[in-house]
Amino acid sequence: MSSWLDYTINGLIVGNVYALVAVGLALIFGVSRLINFAQGSIYLVGAYIGWVAVVQLHTPLPLTIIVVAVAAAIVGLIIERFGLRPLQNSVRIAPLLATIGISFVLDQLVMLTFSPNPRALPSQLPEVRFQVGNGTIGPLDLLIAGVGITSALLLFVFLRYSKLGWAVRAASQDRDAAMQMGVDVNRVNQAVFGIAAALGGVSGMLVGMYYNQIDTAMSLQATLKGVVAEVVGGAGNVPGAVIGSLLLGLVESYGVAVFGTSYRNLFAFLLLVVVLVLRPNGLFASARQAPPEPLTGTFIAPSRPVRIPRWALAVAAAGFAILPLFPVSFYVLQTLINAWLLGMLALSLTLVAGTIGQVSLGHAALLAIGAYTSALLSLTLNVPVGLAVIGGGLMSAALGTLLISPSFRLRGHYVSIATLAIGEIVSLVILNWESVTRGPIGISGIPPLSLFGYDLISPTPIYWFSFAVMVVLALLQGRLLTSHLGRSFRAIRDDDIAARAYGLSLNRYKSLAFIFGGFAAGVSGGIAAHLYSYINHETFNTQQSILALTVVILGGLGNVVGAILGSVALVGLPEVFRIAAEYRILIYGIVLLLLVRFRPQGLLGTM
Amino acid sequence: MAEQLNSMLSLRGLTRRFGGLTAVDAIDLDLAKGGLVSIIGPNGAGKTTLFNLVTGIDRPDAGTVHFEGQDITGLSPERLAAAGIARTFQLGRVFGNLSVMDNVLIGAHTRLRAVKPAVPAIGPLLELGLALLRPASVQAEEERLREEVKAILARFGERLLPRIDQPAYSLSYANRRRVEIARALALQPRLLLLDEPTAGMNPTETSEMQALVAELNAEGLTILLIEHKLEMVMRLSDRVIVMDEGKKIAEGSGEDVRSDPKVIEAYLGHGLSGTTEQESAA
Repeated sequence: MSSWLDYTINGLIVGNVYALVAVGLALIFGVSRLINFAQGSIYLVGAYIGWVAVVQLHTPLPLTIIVVAVAAAIVGLIIERFGLRPLQNSVRIAPLLATIGISFVLDQLVMLTFSPNPRALPSQLPEVRFQVGNGTIGPLDLLIAGVGITSALLLFVFLRYSKLGWAVRAASQDRDAAMQMGVDVNRVNQAVFGIAAALGGVSGMLVGMYYNQIDTAMSLQATLKGVVAEVVGGAGNVPGAVIGSLLLGLVESYGVAVFGTSYRNLFAFLLLVVVLVLRPNGLFASARQAPPEPLTGTFIAPSRPVRIPRWALAVAAAGFAILPLFPVSFYVLQTLINAWLLGMLALSLTLVAGTIGQVSLGHAALLAIGAYTSALLSLTLNVPVGLAVIGGGLMSAALGTLLISPSFRLRGHYVSIATLAIGEIVSLVILNWESVTRGPIGISGIPPLSLFGYDLISPTPIYWFSFAVMVVLALLQGRLLTSHLGRSFRAIRDDDIAARAYGLSLNRYKSLAFIFGGFAAGVSGGIAAHLYSYINHETFNTQQSILALTVVILGGLGNVVGAILGSVALVGLPEVFRIAAEYRILIYGIVLLLLVRFRPQGLLGTM
Repeated sequence: MAEQLNSMLSLRGLTRRFGGLTAVDAIDLDLAKGGLVSIIGPNGAGKTTLFNLVTGIDRPDAGTVHFEGQDITGLSPERLAAAGIARTFQLGRVFGNLSVMDNVLIGAHTRLRAVKPAVPAIGPLLELGLALLRPASVQAEEERLREEVKAILARFGERLLPRIDQPAYSLSYANRRRVEIARALALQPRLLLLDEPTAGMNPTETSEMQALVAELNAEGLTILLIEHKLEMVMRLSDRVIVMDEGKKIAEGSGEDVRSDPKVIEAYLGHGLSGTTEQESAA
């Protein structure tokens, strides 16, 4: 039993680190009602600045901590000033999208500067272990605990006794009232982002030292863990975030003790989903309370969509349909096939994120479900590929909707968190459920696309097939939008309280949106599986979810034609300009940021 | 109990607390079928919270709500809408990106039958299929509701009809209030709750709204009204209830209430003592 103490100590230490991230998130949420998706990127930046300081500059530990804290705080201030402050008066979705874009830009910049390969971040403390009961703790454990407790105390003193701290608390209770009383909300935001970033950066450095390894995948994990801890503790609740973090650390540590390391994250995300289902306001939240009435603000940017005449669409569709009859290179066809597959995913996402307002960040999981279902149906049960793809779509619709359903009672930013976590859960289940999914080995030898007994091997028939499927899905979705369901979805997006007051059940209509959207995404994933002939748990990753989101914003939220136009643009333009693969995600992130700032309604307008 | 049987809406001991604050404190209220009762009181008195409790947006900590003799305490807003309770919101909650037509059509959502068959379990999937296929019955229903919406909008003269295809966010404040009322009427409610329908309206617009409310009431619609404009309250109401700090401090005809010293004190006293006016808790 000696190891239990070790696991407990380890859980508390790790929890302490999560607390540094979660407290920052809670501060920001308290003041701006924003879940800062870039918090993990600051943590990543902190880890790499720590690496530069320790390995290149050989700074002593106290100086390292100060350097990291100051540098990370500066990054935080830059994010606040240039990324978020210009969006203060924009629609509710804007700052959320901005932090997602910032996070991708920062991660890619770190990756381009330092390469994606993991690096060792040596601890600057002596390698001794102290015996505690039957377990041991090292000086780094004590340092992490010390930093955690010290920063919590400093924060407490700051919030309680300094004038700026009062202003922060006032602004988090009632922003408008605080502003009328002369509180400079911009300064409060600066202070909060600076503190949150400093805490996040230091925590990234400490974790890097703890595991003696840093890599660029840390960012997303940190955001997720911090958010899980914050939500468990109750959003915006600083002491709650600390307790939530310790709880999360313990749950993970015990989970690892019982089931093994590959289950660590699964426990974290399951904890999140359980809390969201049972106590969506966190474990320590005060009683239920109706959200305040919105004044004039809407969730998405109001705009009049660009009306494209039907004949123009028909001409464009016909043009793309006869394209392979002309002497175009296979390369062009291949690029457009990718665009059509992305187009199906974007149709799905523009329905759930745009039309009904559930900004899903785990949409690639629907691709994965469709791909695995279709691959396994055709490989193990010898189902004809055409039917297997439809099976993939149906499975994605059913399973995707079921998995996402715990998030139906959530609003705004919480939906994004929940879908991000659910996407991670899907990927982890695929990794760990070896008897069905073949685990980390992946599935190889997936049969090629075939229709009525004819294999589609050459690009031309594959092009026609994927284009036809996408057009059918787009036409169906267009028809859906003009039905009573279209207006019901949009009403729920614009004001869910008023929608409920007129008899619209949120569960029912969010389910229908995810069923329809899940089918389109699943079909896309299914087709992709048969094209690639090999898939594994990383084939469909968060980057694809973000790419799809950028496409959807570019085209205009909820806009069917926009989703397709955006796909062609974002797949095609990098090819036209021959942009190297490693710069593409950076460019998607920058495009997202520029769109949110300068054209939030996208190219063709929100619907 | 006899009174409770005849009444459309009856509240008994309805209470809602937020932390240390009792926003609604043991309110009793009876509203007869076809009647019009007004609730007045200073800001923060608990009027809107009371509306939220009746319409299921918030749940009471104690007390009961009966609607047409049935206990509806704590039911979801969806069920209450289906039962025939419609409301408007104090600060206006139109669907900003929907056209005027679509906004009002949402009001008729509970009356959809052809496209929303009452089949357990697979009902939602049928609804999806019918929405995509749109057989003649579904098209006819949609067409009928669209005509009905135009008839409802015609009650507001030329205020809304010319703007029927415009998104609601582009409307003036007063027109958004009208859209809310049109949306409530599209539900064909048996009980209508109006939360300050004339807030932000000029005198001409207010008198138009007053005439409309009077007309609806004369047509037999039962109405519970929150209103600050006392002139309008006096003219329209069968009975007036005065709330202050969550409690009912007076009830009676408009004349009785107007001369009640407790009411005068509530308005003037609180107005001068400068308690915070928090509309969200109102």
